[in-house]
Order: sequence, then C-alpha cells, then structure tokens
Amino acid sequence: MTDSAPPASYATVAEKRASRVRWMLLAPALAVLLFAASGPLLITLVYSMLTPADYGGVIWEPTGDAWFNVFMQRDIFDDTLSWSSAHLSIFWRSVKLSLMTTVGCIIFGFPTAYFIATRPKQQRDMWMLLIIIPFWTNILIRTFAVVELIRNEGTINTLLMWTGLIDEPIQILFTEFSILVGMIYVYLPLMVLPLYASMERLDFSLVEAGYDLYATRMKVLRRIILPLVKPGVIAGSILVFVPSLGAYVTPRVMGGGNQLMIGNLIELQFGQGRNWPLGAALSITLLAIVMVALMAYVRTAGKEGPGHG
Amino acid sequence: MAKRFQIQQMPGFRTIAVVTFVLLYMPIFLLVIYSFNAGTSIAIWEGFSWRWYVSAWDNQQVQEATIRSLVIAFWASAISTTLAVLAALATTRTRKFKGQAAVFAMINQPLMVPEIVTAVALLIFFAMIKVATGYTGLMYLVIAHTAFCIPFAYLPIRARLIGMDLALEQAAADLYAPPFRVFTRITLPQLWPGILAGAMLAFVISLDDVVITEFVKSAGQDTLPTYMLGQLRRVVTPEVNAISTVLLGISVTMVVAFTALSKLKT
Repeated sequence: MTDSAPPASYATVAEKRASRVRWMLLAPALAVLLFAASGPLLITLVYSMLTPADYGGVIWEPTGDAWFNVFMQRDIFDDTLSWSSAHLSIFWRSVKLSLMTTVGCIIFGFPTAYFIATRPKQQRDMWMLLIIIPFWTNILIRTFAVVELIRNEGTINTLLMWTGLIDEPIQILFTEFSILVGMIYVYLPLMVLPLYASMERLDFSLVEAGYDLYATRMKVLRRIILPLVKPGVIAGSILVFVPSLGAYVTPRVMGGGNQLMIGNLIELQFGQGRNWPLGAALSITLLAIVMVALMAYVRTAGKEGPGHG
Repeated sequence: MAKRFQIQQMPGFRTIAVVTFVLLYMPIFLLVIYSFNAGTSIAIWEGFSWRWYVSAWDNQQVQEATIRSLVIAFWASAISTTLAVLAALATTRTRKFKGQAAVFAMINQPLMVPEIVTAVALLIFFAMIKVATGYTGLMYLVIAHTAFCIPFAYLPIRARLIGMDLALEQAAADLYAPPFRVFTRITLPQLWPGILAGAMLAFVISLDDVVITEFVKSAGQDTLPTYMLGQLRRVVTPEVNAISTVLLGISVTMVVAFTALSKLKT
C-alpha cells in the first residue's frame, strides 16, 4: 500500500500516514473477528458442500446433498423425490412463531412504550431502566423464570389446584404456546427500546391539532401517531423477528425436544444427526433469511428518511 | 366540565403498560423468592432459608463453573475492550475512508448473524484446529467470547469519542505534545467512562452467553449458564434459583452502573 510514490504534496503524505495508522489500529480487532467470526462462517459455507463422515465431521468430497436435503428428500426405497415435510414443518413453525412473537411484542410493547414516553421527563429514565434491566439479564434465567411459573408443578398450576379450580395440572410447558409465551417475554425489551426512541420525539401539538379538528382517539392513533412512530415499529419488529427466527435456548427449554425450531434442527445435525454438512447448509439458509429481513429493513428505513429508528 | 381532556392519554394503554410491567417482573421476583425456600419445591413455600445458597456454594461443579465463567469474562472483556478502543480511535472523527463499510460490517457481524449460526461455525472451525493441534484448553472460549464482545465494547466507546471535544487535543498538539502523549494525557482521561462502560457491557455479555459457549466448550468446560442449561433437564431444585439470583444481582448492578456511567458529561 505504501509503495514509493512520486513526490507528493504534504497533504497526501499526511493522508497516507493517517491511513496507515488507521489500519494498524484496526488490525488487532479485525484479526480476532476474522479468526472467530467471519472466517468460520466461510468455512461453514464450504462444509455445507462436503460429504458427512460417519461419526460427525466431513469427508472432503464435494457434493450438493446437504443443500438438496434442506428442503427435499429422496425416498430410500424407490429413489423418488419429495419435499422434506419434517424440515418444512420446522421452518414453518419457526417463521410462524417468530411472526406471532413480533405481533405479541407489539401488542404489549406499543402501549408500554407510549406510556413511558408520556410520563414526565424526569420519570422516563426510571421507567426505561425497568425495561433495560431484563434486557441485560441472562436469557436462560428469564426463560427459566417463566418455566417455573407454567410447569406442571409450577406456581400457576399449584395455585389453581390449591383453589380447587382444576384437579389436574394443565399442560402448558412443552407446547408451541409455551415457546410463544417465552419468546414474547424474552424479546419484549427489544420492541420497547426502538418504539420508545421514536415516541419520545413525538410532537404532541400534532395530536392536539387532530383533536381540535374533532378527530376521535382512534382516528388520532391511526392517522397521526402510528404514521409518525412507524420507523420505531419497523425497527422493533426486525429486532424481535431476527433473534426469534434463530432462537435456540427458549425453544429448547420451553419446547422440551418435541417442538423444534430451526436453531434446534441445526443443533441436531451436530449431535445425534451426525450430519455436519446438512447442519452447515441449514445454518447458511437461516443466515440468508435473516439477511433478507435486515436488507428489507435497511431499504424501508432509508425511505423513511434519516433521524428515526 | 367534568374531567379535563388529556391529549396524551389513550384508552387502555395505561392498563396494558401496567400489566406488561407486572408480567415482566413477576417471574423474576418469584424466581428470587423461591431461591430462599426452605423446602425442595420451586412452587410451595416452606419458610425462609439460605440452604440453597449454601448447597450451591458447596457444589464443586458450580464452583468450577463459576471460576471458569469469571476467568473467561475477565479476559474476553479486557481484550475486547482494548481492541475496541483502538478500533474506535481508527473509525471515529475521521472522514469516510476506503473499506469503511466492510470494517463496520465485520465489527457488527456478531450483532447481526444469529448466535446459533456463529456457534455452529465456531464448532466446525475449532474442531479442525483441535484435530490439527491437539490443544483443547480454554483459549477457544476466550477467543470466541472476545470476538462477540467487540461490538458491545465498541459502541459505548465510540459514542463517547464522538461526543468529545477535539479542541483540547488540538491545543495539546499545538503545544508540541507528541501524539502518544496527547493520547495518554488528554484523550484517555476523557474517554475513561466510555471504556469502563464498554468493558462492563462486554463482561456481562460474556458472563451470560449460553449458545456459543455450549457449542465451543470441550468436555468438562461448563460455564455457569451451560451448567444451568444441563441442570434444567433434571429435577430442578431451588439451587438453580440461587445461582440465577446471584447472576441476576451481578447483571442488575452492572446495568445500573453502566447507565450512570453513560450519563456522565463529556
């Protein structure tokens, strides 16, 4: 980069030096990230195109089998091709639960963020701290806290049986519903944070103008507030949807091994499945879906103009 | 006129907000309360006792996992914060430079790529190295944690740098202070709250990590979260509540300190 250039002006020499210093400062961080983040991702891509070895790992023979097996399967007897219903149903469950989690987080998060944003200024930070504390608390601990509440010997069932409302515990844990409850609980702060950020800037004189013109509360909410805080809603939805789709801990603890999501399907290939290339291909597929969602977000955020979200 | 018309009010919003806060904190409160249960149940209260804290303290697996968690979190936060300071100095208060987008993409990668994907990628890559070198020590976990802690350390440091006044450094340079001296005497003292905030954030993130640790660890390298994940498969006693409560206490302390630090005026 610093090959002997023709005599340059003082400014370009200084610039070159600045550039060299910059890359020297960046080098250690980039080296670690290359070694333990970006690099392994590329190797995963390569692995997805190799043949699985019998006891995990790979044989270095290129094949497209893993990618074929992401959504398709070949019948072992008559070699007919069909959609892999097991994988498709897991992908469908992941997408469905992630969308439901996003909607659930909006239902609880929107009024909550609005409530905080309309508190007196000196109280808002305190309320936001109450949202941020769970956000920085171990996801496993929070999932476990919900498990204790809803398991058969848990607080809710014990309480209901004690009051005599039910004779036998209701099975809530290890269902799709319990995964949904757990994910809404765990990811709610991710919705409230960006929603609050855009609501805090909301200009209430516009709301007042709406009322002056005889708009109803519903109309003010739909026609004035919602369009103004839309960037926050979109940002929050992305922040909730993306980790929901890749969720591993919550479905593992809440689903009890029956209700798999993509994350658990991936893990399975590195455990009992012993099919590392398929696991790699599934990982890259998940990554691709997430990237599409993120790119769609960047597009819409760009259109909404700067300063929001 | 009866009640004054409140323009900010929306019907039902306050109720939903209160319900949300109650739902958000009730499971955590119950978790903490039952860690003090004298009985073995996590739902039937049998009186106050410290027995589960004592039993967790005496549990050798818990002891080892705790020490391992702290060692990894210490090194990961120390290294990632150092690297993040350098990276923040290189990328803040400069004009757009060639490769800027790629640099930001790399720094933010741990935030955007699903954890399970990173975990699997590291499992594959480190398995190759383990076979090639035979080394199966803690360094894999330290490096993995360092990598995903970098963006968390980087963000508060960068935010602090952006808010800092350039005039002081220029004044020092005008008075013939060499660059390194400007850094140690002017930049660093001002940057300190950001560095501390970044280090604490990195520490908490490392301490709380489940997924990547679960995939990268070799046999017998459980950290506290992966130990707990293993325990959840069995009959759960309030011992897990006791461990959770301690971890919870650490996180809350760090978050409150972090919030206070990031409010310090530049």
